[in-house]
Amino acid sequence: MSEYILEMTGINKEFPGVKALQDVQFNLKPGEVHALMGENGAGKSTLMKCLIGIYHRNSGTIIYDGQEIDYGTTSEALNNGLSMIHQELSPVPERTVTENVWLGRQPMKNKLMVDHRKMREDTVKLFEQLNVVINPDEKMKYLTVSQMQMVEIAKAVSYNSKIVIMDEPTSSLTESEVSHLFDIIRMLKEQNVGVIYISHKMEEIFQICDRVTVMRDGQYVSTDNVSDITMDQLITKMVGRELTDLFPKTECEIGEVVLEVKDLKAGRMVKNVSFDLRRGEILGFAGLVGAGRTETMEAIFGLRKIESGSIKYKGQEIHIKCPDDAIKLGIDYLTEDRRAKGIVGIRNIRDNTVLSCLSRYGTPLNQARMRADTQEYIDKLSTKTPSQEEEIKNLSGGNQQKVLLGRVLLTGPDVLIVDEPTRGIDVGAKSEIHALLSQLAGEGKAVIMISSEMPEIMGMSDRLVVMHEGDVTGIIDRSEFSQELIMKFATGVTE
Amino acid sequence: MKKEFDAKRFMKDNTIWVIFIALFIVSAIANRNFLTKANISSVLMTESIIGILAVGIMWCILSRGIDLSPGAIVALSSCIVASLSQRPEYVAKMLPGVNLPVPVAILITVVICTIFGIINGALIAYTKIPAFIATLGTQLIARAAAQLYTNAYPIPELKPTLKFLGQGNIASIPVIVIIFICFAAVSGFMLTQTRFGKNVFAIGGNDQAARVAGIRVEKNLVFVYVWSAFCASVGGVLLAARSGSGNSAAGLNYELDAIAAATVGGTSHTGGVCRISGVIAGILILGVVKNIMLLVGINPYWQQVVKGLIIIGSVVLDMRKNLRKD
Repeated sequence: MSEYILEMTGINKEFPGVKALQDVQFNLKPGEVHALMGENGAGKSTLMKCLIGIYHRNSGTIIYDGQEIDYGTTSEALNNGLSMIHQELSPVPERTVTENVWLGRQPMKNKLMVDHRKMREDTVKLFEQLNVVINPDEKMKYLTVSQMQMVEIAKAVSYNSKIVIMDEPTSSLTESEVSHLFDIIRMLKEQNVGVIYISHKMEEIFQICDRVTVMRDGQYVSTDNVSDITMDQLITKMVGRELTDLFPKTECEIGEVVLEVKDLKAGRMVKNVSFDLRRGEILGFAGLVGAGRTETMEAIFGLRKIESGSIKYKGQEIHIKCPDDAIKLGIDYLTEDRRAKGIVGIRNIRDNTVLSCLSRYGTPLNQARMRADTQEYIDKLSTKTPSQEEEIKNLSGGNQQKVLLGRVLLTGPDVLIVDEPTRGIDVGAKSEIHALLSQLAGEGKAVIMISSEMPEIMGMSDRLVVMHEGDVTGIIDRSEFSQELIMKFATGVTE
Repeated sequence: MKKEFDAKRFMKDNTIWVIFIALFIVSAIANRNFLTKANISSVLMTESIIGILAVGIMWCILSRGIDLSPGAIVALSSCIVASLSQRPEYVAKMLPGVNLPVPVAILITVVICTIFGIINGALIAYTKIPAFIATLGTQLIARAAAQLYTNAYPIPELKPTLKFLGQGNIASIPVIVIIFICFAAVSGFMLTQTRFGKNVFAIGGNDQAARVAGIRVEKNLVFVYVWSAFCASVGGVLLAARSGSGNSAAGLNYELDAIAAATVGGTSHTGGVCRISGVIAGILILGVVKNIMLLVGINPYWQQVVKGLIIIGSVVLDMRKNLRKD
C-alpha cells in the first residue's frame, strides 16, 4: 500500500484545438491539505474534473485507494468517496436546506416514501458536528451566499468522503467564516480525509495547506512542502514563463484624460474603484477571476446600478443609465460573454453589425448603406464569411468576435472598452485584433482592455490597473511591469 | 455584390407557400364549390379578422413573448364601437344622447382598447412577469369589462357607414380584406424596413445582447404589445361592423387561432424568427383547411383534431430545422 490515497500521473486532456492538460501529475496523502495553484486557465479545474468524472482524460493513470479509476459520472465519484465543492454553487432555491443536502439520495422509509424525519435529524446532526448554525427548514434562496457555501461544504462532508476537493471555497466567505471553514478542514484532517484546496489567495495557502502543487498553461510545474517555500517563490513558479508572443504595440502620443472614475461602488463585486484613462492609451485591467473587472466596466457602461462614486467624461460629470446613453456619449463596450451578451445568433452578419447604430439609417432603413457599412468592417477586420447574409452563429469564434468588434467600431466610440477580446479565438485572429487595438489607440482613441492572459495584457497595455475582490490594489506603469508584481497585487498583497 | 437567383434556396424559404398552393389545388379538385367567387370571398372575409390579430400577435411571439388578450379586446372593442355607433333612430339605444360620427367612434374605441396593450407591455417589460400570465390577466379583465359595460346584452342596429367596413366592397373586393392587406403591409414594412423591426428581432434573438448593443429593450417591448392591442381593437371594430352588432361574447378564442396562424407561418416561439409572408400563408392555410373540411362535410370535431395536428406538426418541423442548424 502506497502512502498516497490518490496518485495521478501523466494526465493528458485535449479539447478540440487545445491541449488543456499535458502530462500532469498530482498526488494526495490521507489527512493532508494539498493546495493546487496556478493562473486562470492553468488547468486546475480541468484536472479536477478529470478526477471526478466530468471530463474523460485522454491518457494517464489515476490510482485512488489502490485501484485505477475512470469514473463516468460525478455520482459514481461521489459514491466512492470523492466529493467536490464547486466554485459556482447550484442549489435548488425553492427547496429547504435539508432537501438540498440530501438531494437525490434521500433516506427512505420504504421503497416508495421519503423518510423526512430521518432526513431532518441527519441534517441537524451534521450541522452540529460541523458547528454550522443554519436553520435546516429555511428555503435555500433565503440564505446568504456564504451560508449556501457552508451548506455545500456540509453536504460534501456528509458523503463520508475520503477526498474533498474545494474549488475557491472562500471566494464569498467573510473572514470569520473563513476561519470556521479552516476549523472544518482541520476536523477533516483528523478524520484522515484528504483535501485538495484550489485557491488564488496566498495567505490561505500558508495558513492551512501542507503541500502545494503549481500548474501553468496546462502543465505540471512543481510540488513543494508549504513550509519549504516562500510567497515570492510561489508567485515566480506560477507566472514563470517567457514573454514569447509578439505584440504589435506601437508607442503613441498619450493625450489628456477622457475618463475619470472615482470611488466607484456597484454591488458586491465593485467596492472601490478609481482610475483615469487618457487619449491614445491602452489601459489594461488585470486580476484573477472574480476580481470585479467586468462588473466595473458593466457599471460604467450602464448595465449595473452604480451605488456611489463619480464618472467624469471629457471633463463633465456623467450619469449613464443604460448602454444607449453610453453609446451616444461615445463609450462602447465589447462584452466578454460573446454568446450570451454579444451575438444575436440567428440573425445574419449585417443585422449583427449595424445593431447599435440603427438610428442612422432612417425609415425605411437604408439597406444599401447598411450593406456598405457592414462590408467596410468585414474588409477592415478581414472577417471570414461566405456573405453578409450568413447567420452569425455559423461563424468561428474569432470571426464572431470580429463582427462584434465591427459593431462597436461602427458607433465611432472615443472610449473603447474591450473585455477579454481574444478569449477562445485562434492565434491569427488574436494578433489581428491586437494590431487593430494598437491602431485605434494611435488614432487618439482611449482603450480599456480587460484580459486574464498575462502576456497579452503586459504586451498591449501602457498602464495596468490591477484589481482584487472589487478593489484596485495597484496601478502600474509600463516601465515597471513584471509578472511578479501583477500577481502580487492580483492575489491581494498590497505594499 | 451580384445576387444570383438560387431556386433551391427560394423553395426552402417558401416551403409554406408551396404547401398552400398544393392545398389550394387539392381543395379545388376535391370540391367544385371551393373555387367559386362567393366561397373564396367568404373564406377571405372570415380569415381577415384573425389575420389582423395574427399580424399583431406575431410581434409578441417574435420578441419571445405571447399575447392572450386579443380575443377579449375584440369583444370589448366591438361593444364600445357598437355602443357609440347605433343608428340615431333606434329607440332602445344603449347611450341615448350619443351620436358621434363613425370615425370618431372608432378612434375612441381604438384608444381605449390600446390602453390594454400599454398595460400588457409595461407589466411584461418592467415587472418582468411572464407574458403568458400578464396577458391572461388582461384577457379576463378586458372580457369582463365588455360584459360589465353591456350587461352581456348584444348591441344591434349599427350605422350603415360602420357596417360598410365589414360588409361592403370596393371594386368588388371586400373592404375588410383590404384593411387586412393594409395591416399585413404595415406590419411587414415595420418588420423589415424600420429600426423598430430590427430591434425586436434582436430582442427575440438575444435580449441581453440587444441591451448591451444599446437597444432600449423595455420601450420596444411596450410598443410590441401596444401594436398587438391596436390590431385587436381594429379587429373588434370590424367584427362589429361585419356582424352588425357589438357582443361581449364575440372573439372567443380568436387569439388562439391567430397564434396558430403565426406559428404555422413559421414564427418561432423561441424568438427572433418571423416573416410576414409566412404568417399570411399560415392564415390562408388554416382558413382553407377549415373551409374545405366544411365543404366536404367532415364532422366539425374532426376539424379541430386536424387543426391541432397542423399546429403541432408545424412546430415540430420548425424545431427540427433549428436543431439541425445547431
